[in-house]
Amino acid sequence: MTLTYYLVLAAILFTIGAVGVLVRRNAIVVFMCVELMLNAVNLTLITFARSTGTVDGQIMALFVMVVAAAEVVVGLAIIMSIYRTRRSASVDDANLLKY
Amino acid sequence: MIEAPDLSYAALAPLLFVLGAACVGVLVEAFVPRDARQPVQVALALVGTVGALVTTLLLSGTHETTAGGALAVDGPALFLQATIAGLGALSILLFAERGLDPARSAFVASAAVPAGSPRDRELLTATRVQTEVYPLASFAIGGMMLFVAANDLLVMFVALEVLSLPLYLICGLARRRRLLSQEAAVKYFLLGAFASAFFLYGLALVYGATGSIRLRDIREAGLDGGGDTLLVLGLGLLIVGLLFKASVAPFHTWTPDVYQGAPTPVTAFMAACTKVAAFGAILRLLYVAFGTAEWTWRPLVYAVAIVSMVVGAVLGLTQTDLKRMLAYSSVAHAGFLLTGVLGLGAGGEGSGLAGTMIYLLVYGLTTIGVFAVLTLVRDGDGEASHLSQWAGLAARSPLTAAVMTLFLLALAGIPLTAGFTGKFAVFRAAIEQGAWPLVVVALLASAVAAFFYLRVIVLMYFSEPVADGPTVGVPGVPTTVVLAITATATVALGVLPGAVLDLAGQAARFVG
Repeated sequence: MTLTYYLVLAAILFTIGAVGVLVRRNAIVVFMCVELMLNAVNLTLITFARSTGTVDGQIMALFVMVVAAAEVVVGLAIIMSIYRTRRSASVDDANLLKY
Repeated sequence: MIEAPDLSYAALAPLLFVLGAACVGVLVEAFVPRDARQPVQVALALVGTVGALVTTLLLSGTHETTAGGALAVDGPALFLQATIAGLGALSILLFAERGLDPARSAFVASAAVPAGSPRDRELLTATRVQTEVYPLASFAIGGMMLFVAANDLLVMFVALEVLSLPLYLICGLARRRRLLSQEAAVKYFLLGAFASAFFLYGLALVYGATGSIRLRDIREAGLDGGGDTLLVLGLGLLIVGLLFKASVAPFHTWTPDVYQGAPTPVTAFMAACTKVAAFGAILRLLYVAFGTAEWTWRPLVYAVAIVSMVVGAVLGLTQTDLKRMLAYSSVAHAGFLLTGVLGLGAGGEGSGLAGTMIYLLVYGLTTIGVFAVLTLVRDGDGEASHLSQWAGLAARSPLTAAVMTLFLLALAGIPLTAGFTGKFAVFRAAIEQGAWPLVVVALLASAVAAFFYLRVIVLMYFSEPVADGPTVGVPGVPTTVVLAITATATVALGVLPGAVLDLAGQAARFVG
């Protein structure tokens, strides 16, 4: 079934996002990788909505978009506040709390 | 065509109360002059949480679903909602303390000013407060109360975000040691967003496998046929997302950093309320949606419980900062709580659910108490949370040391304190379900954990006071009330646990 391709693509995008979160060092890029994961989920939801013939999946994708937008607002505010102090958005520089 | 679902406003009253108070709080920020905001916001937040507590108690005995089946208003939901609202009200009181910090609040005057800038130093002594913390905390409490009642994966996800987003923000609002606080917020945010993406992918896979996100429909679709792999994968991802929020090892890496960096009242709030909310959702997900498939998740939860207890107890030993030590203790307690989750048999019989609910209540009360004591002991730079600073505290302030000892003994689970009641309830439930190897590990981990709690007590009573040690602040009315309530409850639930045990036993039945 051709819909499988979309699911595989979404899984690949999700994996790229997850790996990106783990290996990238800039907080903004890490955050973009999280957004990539959320969008991979959206693609999965839409594909399943198509395959089951219901609108539930599409409605859920809209919810995910709204939540992602709210997350961007909060996340960028937090990253901005730490950037203003440190002049760096690298997650390696935020190392006061450890062990 | 989508039909509007039936709403039972009476059953939703607790949620409407606290979220309504939060919305009004946002308006207060916009329209009330700055000087008058603090008292108005505190009053509003207390009305919201106490109102929610009272309405949940009035609703007790309700057993139904509402909002088209998306919300469950049943015993466990109401019990945990009442717990969250009560603990939330206590946290709000801690937030409102004005007597301890010379600048009259634990929260920053203006979060937008860069830390360490001239303007920031100017504001350090200002009595101005970022009063947005109260509506943010109310939204978080509303999200948590929705989280434990969610009977639908989408509602569960939205509630997860409603509780998380305000928490990320208020973690970064400490008045002192602002860099630590901001760093804690960034770490919590990035890891939290990562975990909620996993939860969401799990939701999508479960939807694909069963064609529904209603917990009951998922159970009816069951683990059979071709959807198996997808459903098991989805279940795994959902559990990972929830275990992260509950700070269960190996998903606990954010916990020590965030607990240490966040302002102490916020740490108390997170440690107590988030844990209740996360375990409420875990119980509902595992038993309502996947109750018939328990052999797929039981081994996973079993392993995670052991890892969590061992990691929490062993790493807790090596800590030199009290807040970090309590963070590892919270990881160990998450493991004990999972023991209770495993004590619930197929189909929901067994005393595991009641035991876990009791444990959550007890742990929440004790944790808020212990962090409230932590806010009292201060040096020139805010709270003195390094262990060495607590040496000989009993000589300086016998009452503080005695109250701290009570809470630490309760966390260690010594008989005649509330902690023992909770531990006994979950361990008994696990043994009834034949999980005795897990209980043996739990007892060993409790013994190890008891060592680091007792170490603090020994340090307070049997060490020489350090020369320029911290001072013990005189708490204002809010903190005194919190300490009185939590200490009384810790003793009362240890000596006479019967009434609450009965209440939890009656409440322990999931709807549909």
